Amino acid sequence: MPKSMMRQSSLSREPPPCQVSIEAGQIAERQIPDMTVSQCVPDKAEGLRATSPIRHIDSSRIEVRLMAAHTLFDKIWGPHVVHEDPDGTTLLYIDRHLVHEVTSPQAFEGLKLAGRRPRRPGATLAVPDHNVPTTDRSLGIADPLSRIQIETLEQHCADFGIPLFSMHDVRQGIVHVIGPEQGLTLPGMTIVCGDSHTSTHGAFGALAFGIGTSEVEHVLATQCLIQKRPRTMEIRVDGRVSPHCSAKDVILAIIGTIGTAGGTGYVVEYTGEAVRSLSMEGRMTLCNMSIEGGARAGMIAPDETTFAYIKDRPMAPSASLWAQAVQHWEGLRTDPGAAYDRVVTLQGEDVAPQVTWGTNPGMVTGVDGVVPDPRSFTDADTRDATTRALNYMDLAPGTPIVEIPIDRVFIGSCTNSRIEDLRLAASYFKGRKVASNVRAMVVPGSGLVKKQAEDEGLDVVFRAAGAEWRESGCSMCLAMNADVLQPGERCASTSNRNFEGRQGKGGRTHLVSPAMAAAAAVTGHFVDIRHWA
Amino acid sequence: MEPFTTHTGRVAPLDRVDVDTDQIIPKQYLKTIHRTGLKEGLFADWRKLADGSPDPNFFMNQPQYANASILLTRDNFGCGSSREHAPWALLDYGIRAVLAPSFAEIFYNNCFQNSILPVVLDAQEIQRLFDHVSADDRFELTIDLAAQTISTPQKSSFQFSIDPFRKQCLLQGLDAIGLTLQREQAIADYEVRRTRETPWLFQDLCS
Repeated sequence: MPKSMMRQSSLSREPPPCQVSIEAGQIAERQIPDMTVSQCVPDKAEGLRATSPIRHIDSSRIEVRLMAAHTLFDKIWGPHVVHEDPDGTTLLYIDRHLVHEVTSPQAFEGLKLAGRRPRRPGATLAVPDHNVPTTDRSLGIADPLSRIQIETLEQHCADFGIPLFSMHDVRQGIVHVIGPEQGLTLPGMTIVCGDSHTSTHGAFGALAFGIGTSEVEHVLATQCLIQKRPRTMEIRVDGRVSPHCSAKDVILAIIGTIGTAGGTGYVVEYTGEAVRSLSMEGRMTLCNMSIEGGARAGMIAPDETTFAYIKDRPMAPSASLWAQAVQHWEGLRTDPGAAYDRVVTLQGEDVAPQVTWGTNPGMVTGVDGVVPDPRSFTDADTRDATTRALNYMDLAPGTPIVEIPIDRVFIGSCTNSRIEDLRLAASYFKGRKVASNVRAMVVPGSGLVKKQAEDEGLDVVFRAAGAEWRESGCSMCLAMNADVLQPGERCASTSNRNFEGRQGKGGRTHLVSPAMAAAAAVTGHFVDIRHWA
Repeated sequence: MEPFTTHTGRVAPLDRVDVDTDQIIPKQYLKTIHRTGLKEGLFADWRKLADGSPDPNFFMNQPQYANASILLTRDNFGCGSSREHAPWALLDYGIRAVLAPSFAEIFYNNCFQNSILPVVLDAQEIQRLFDHVSADDRFELTIDLAAQTISTPQKSSFQFSIDPFRKQCLLQGLDAIGLTLQREQAIADYEVRRTRETPWLFQDLCS
């Protein structure tokens, strides 16, 4: 990537919500051990030998491989290199490919036009999620365009022998919920999908990133992608977060710190006690929003929590393969002394429940904060963007976050629709009622999450409180189906994007955790749940 | 893919930072199963005012930019979703190059797949170009990809950097899949070796 893509977001000039220290350029100062190319990278020796001496080949890149200490990223990237050109252009092997109905039709059409076939149909899993109705599915899909898009996916999968969970399958759900749920997502894998939230799967210690439709076609045809090695960033969250804060608050605080482009060009590894102590659901929430900080991929080293989550899932390795896989996975962690290109640290105790006030996820503050004054920013671009955002959001500078009233609540999306999210939300709804002027929707991430929630009686809690309990899908995260905000409506949403019009033209989105969304549904405005009875 | 070699065109200004792909093409236009015809959705929400009338200040409603083919904008252009519909919509409208101080990564990649050239220039250089456009709303630029230059009619010139592989693909209009398929044997060898080392990665999924 060009160096100017490294821009630090102008929003990072705000006072950061957490204590931060950044150590850049560590890697450039380290010495390259005097080793021969063939000793270090035997399977790529041919590609590298053409250029000599080795120190003249992008040293920041080569150096990582020559050092004895490797990052988690190195340990996944290296074994997936099929071929590397002297300029670093790499043919990277892709282990798993997830496909949904919106970004795949043109890829399948391209294959057909070129007379090509998928190289490994069995490495791919397809599921409709963006367009599916979250109401009674036996009635079909009212919108003809949505219906055609889903039927097209089914037809292409049938034509090419690609496994598909149909809309009527209990295993159907949001693509980034069902992959882990089925045991498809495993440590050490490369995983792609025509969807930017593919970073979710990095929670298992996989290298997972979103791609465009042309690349979807590329992976279908070749099981590979042409890539350049990204830089690495460690984001370490030390200490513990408050019991009222969740992974959602941590990732929003991180994005508020680094800005929406702070991670551009990097693969992030999340480390530290506060990350390590998260459940798999929390880790997925964290990695999911890496892209909102500009990073295509975020990852967390696998550990006992990871292995316990994967074990016995339908698509996970079983019997003797399980033991072999776990032994391999146990080595997937960053070695002591391995260097990242950039390090950002936060203190878990400093993270307050977060609420976005603007039109990108970096426009965020603690619930005890206020809507900022555009005039407080020295940078002209930030001032203009803030003015525009406050105008769109219809918010006055200085307004306390807890005084912002809401009309709608959406609990769902690939960020926050898993069983733990629903349990947490239910604990805030229990014995309470949704405010009379608020409409609240709860949309489980998959048919299986829905079933589990119902087995635990969570649906009864939601319904008793007056919230709607729906079928699984992306729903109002991006409002491609019938679940849409009306112009001017203000929504507390557990989703990942608060862009203008994201949940419906003229709709106003505030991103929050499931707990904060549930509390807002009950009170009709944001509340500091740390002090809420 | 159509090659990109040199291009001269009118420059349309979009003076906003962090333009996300939800703005470039809102979700209601993503229901298509085709790559073409997407210009209808390009900046669909920004083209209009709240009352539905065209926003006279938006470049797409200004006749001098009707045939603009170069978009000049600010930092982090194309952030958000991976939808390739964003470059498809730009291309369908006639945009062949986007100039900005920085781009979001997936959008940046997607441009190259569609013969759109995303050019990164310093913020000061971008500001100078904005100044040119404000002074002359018929301002044109010439982009020479082989030389990696952008020239104004007054012959002042900006140099830009670009990945050599991507440059070659654009100059020759190369089919990336075709290039990868030339390494079919290396891929097959890789699969044999890795199936032996990590067999659980090669178990077929089934529905």
